[in-house]
Amino acid sequence: MTATAIHNTIDAVWRMESAKLIAGLTRIVRDVGIAEDLAQEALIAALEQWPESGVPEKPGAWLMTTAKHRALDHLRRRQMLDRKHEELGRELEAQELTVPDLNAALDDDIGDDLLRLMFIACHPVLSSEARVALTLRLLGGLTTDEIARAYLVPEATIAQRIVRAKRTLAQEHIPFEVPRGRELPQRLSSVLGAIYLIFNEGYSATAGDDWMRPGLCEDALRLGRILAELAPLEAEVHGLVALMEIQASRSAARTGPEGRPVLLLDQDRARWDRLLIQRGLTALERANALGGSRGPYALQASIAACHARALVAEDTDWARIVELYNELVRIMPSPIVELNRAVAVSMASGPDAALELVDALTGEPSLKGYHLLPSVRGDLLAKLGRYDEARAECERAAQMTRNVRERELLLERAREFAAHSAGTN
Amino acid sequence: MRFVILRKSDATMESDIPASPELFQAMREYDEEMKKAGVLVAVERLQPTSHGTRVRLSKGEFSTMDGPFSETKELIAGVTMIEVPSKEEAIAWIKRCPTLCSEDVEAEFEIRPVLDCG
Repeated sequence: MTATAIHNTIDAVWRMESAKLIAGLTRIVRDVGIAEDLAQEALIAALEQWPESGVPEKPGAWLMTTAKHRALDHLRRRQMLDRKHEELGRELEAQELTVPDLNAALDDDIGDDLLRLMFIACHPVLSSEARVALTLRLLGGLTTDEIARAYLVPEATIAQRIVRAKRTLAQEHIPFEVPRGRELPQRLSSVLGAIYLIFNEGYSATAGDDWMRPGLCEDALRLGRILAELAPLEAEVHGLVALMEIQASRSAARTGPEGRPVLLLDQDRARWDRLLIQRGLTALERANALGGSRGPYALQASIAACHARALVAEDTDWARIVELYNELVRIMPSPIVELNRAVAVSMASGPDAALELVDALTGEPSLKGYHLLPSVRGDLLAKLGRYDEARAECERAAQMTRNVRERELLLERAREFAAHSAGTN
Repeated sequence: MRFVILRKSDATMESDIPASPELFQAMREYDEEMKKAGVLVAVERLQPTSHGTRVRLSKGEFSTMDGPFSETKELIAGVTMIEVPSKEEAIAWIKRCPTLCSEDVEAEFEIRPVLDCG
């Protein structure tokens, strides 16, 4: 094997194994930051040794054993340090520092550890940006550099975010556990939220030259699928997976020649990925079967499913979509959901009714700077033949978006409306 | 990226002798592992070609030919579809297949990236 091939193999093995490694190690050393350092040390050892010795037959087991030894050393050092402290007569917190049976600890259900790792990485004590970075790093196996490139920020920013997050978790003594009882729904929603944020950044990049970053979508999907296996009885997990699978099914059709965005109703539905749609519909059925049809993710997935089931845009069941949005607005009132509802209303009942809804949102402080508000408003105005106003709205929207591709699309529509406007005058 | 992994057949797999319960169990665990890792799309293991049929179209005429087929090296014994970020990861998954455990195994797999219709 060439050096490059070995490095690629190590990358692949790392992606597959790092989360399990870190999860198992966190249980032993009780600190996610130290656990990650130990896992990194094992990776470095692999990078040093494998090019010489060749890739071991069971690379995952090799990493695990190496990391286990480091964990053992770490615990011994800590124990010795603590003994020294004792000799000095310092007060020590009562702490169990016996070295646990590492093999038993690591072979015990690794799934539980992964789940704990997801919960700790997405702990509400962290900012949502920190949760996303930590999730990609600890569970997605991405390097700091990869995360930085995906989010178009300097590597140092991500590195600092991760260091701070780990420090916060240690300082706040956040336990490595699966939350139970009343705490669970809120904690779970924090995990789902982080995964969906990752997906969305991939699906509609908030900034930059590309309309989509498929790598992030794939990472999020994979995390969602893993979570669905770890927590199979949680309806909203399946709801989120369904939502992501169905949205991802449109990826290829969402981008036209030269990377231009293609909007939902203009997409060539033959290019939708039927396999992902099928997986999404199956996940949605599971969410519904678990009694979760009214969860926010399941509802959004149901809306996405309405589109997925329509073979041509004209077949879309808009009345049903409006119903689903009505429900979504009730359980998750937000101006953005309201704006989406308005779009559905315009399709079901015409632009007049929709414009009324959108106009009610124009004073909404949280939508100030949200480019889709003028963009939707512009579309409605155009449908009503008010092209001059429509053009102005599209231009405003174009100024607001930070995504280059989207800006081009909006400016093009503005020109189109301007032409209409000239034609009608 | 989506890959189809074709497992090439051999004399054992072409015979009607079923795999041992232990191997069956190991295969189930392997599938489960891929599922838990969020990478498995579909997996099917095939009956020997003695149960298969070839359908050909030539010069506008259809003809069928029942198995078994002889060119063992080209025969396929199993199909797995996985979704992973790289071909290296697909290879790493193949290496974990429990049928490869013993020392004297000779095996061949073919990894084919799925054509992106989009």
